Amino acid sequence: MAESRPLSDGQLSQGWGRALVFVYGIFAVAATGRSAVQLGMEPERAPLAYSLSLLAAVLYLVATTCLLLGGRTGWRVAGIAVSIELLGVLSVGAMSYLATDLFPDRTVWSHFGQGYGFLPLVLPFAGLAWLRQTAPGRASDVAM
Amino acid sequence: MSSWSYGVILAIAGVVAIVLLVDLVRDRSAQDAHFIGLAVLEVAVVAQLVVGAVALARTDREVEGAVFVSYLVTVVLVPIVGAFFSLAERSRVGTTILLLAVATVAGLELRLWDVWVAGRG
Repeated sequence: MAESRPLSDGQLSQGWGRALVFVYGIFAVAATGRSAVQLGMEPERAPLAYSLSLLAAVLYLVATTCLLLGGRTGWRVAGIAVSIELLGVLSVGAMSYLATDLFPDRTVWSHFGQGYGFLPLVLPFAGLAWLRQTAPGRASDVAM
Repeated sequence: MSSWSYGVILAIAGVVAIVLLVDLVRDRSAQDAHFIGLAVLEVAVVAQLVVGAVALARTDREVEGAVFVSYLVTVVLVPIVGAFFSLAERSRVGTTILLLAVATVAGLELRLWDVWVAGRG
């Protein structure tokens, strides 16, 4: 572990990473579309929910881009984005049950992503597992 | 828009998903049969795009047009992108990607139905 190997190009978006890029890409589009509609039509109705939709959209976009770009920086930034995403889905998911008045309209993360087949809850765990698998300096790098 | 189009597409998606799931459990990569199934699904959603756009133009319901059309277009693009992603991974990852694409189509169909029905009145 004295010297950590840099990630080879594109490794983050190969193998299971490609399936991850596909799903993250769909969610990037879905969340961006949702927040565009929400903010475009009636931004005052639920500012908190709509800001969170926008945050989710940005995080999904960042994660997708970083997986595609790869490299050490891509790996690190993807890790940060996916961690915030996990925090977001857990806290918003819990809050949407406990403090319903805070969320008059839904976000991608409301009720742990119920409206999206709970995929928003599964996705950050899958993302973190994949990033762990592809961590720079791990033996699996050489095999790829 | 007539409700049968959602039913037909959901039925096709269901059949293709079951075939994909079975082959995924058997650890098979994406097969020609899968892509043929996906092509059938694609033809159906393209037809739905045309029928849906015409229905939207004719209806006097207050359907959110931009949202409705964006869903119609997205549902056409998903199988195509999924197929390309799948072709790059000739393993069970490719099969998984096709399954994810088909599931996304099914999910979008449900949302389309919601958007259309919400416009009633």
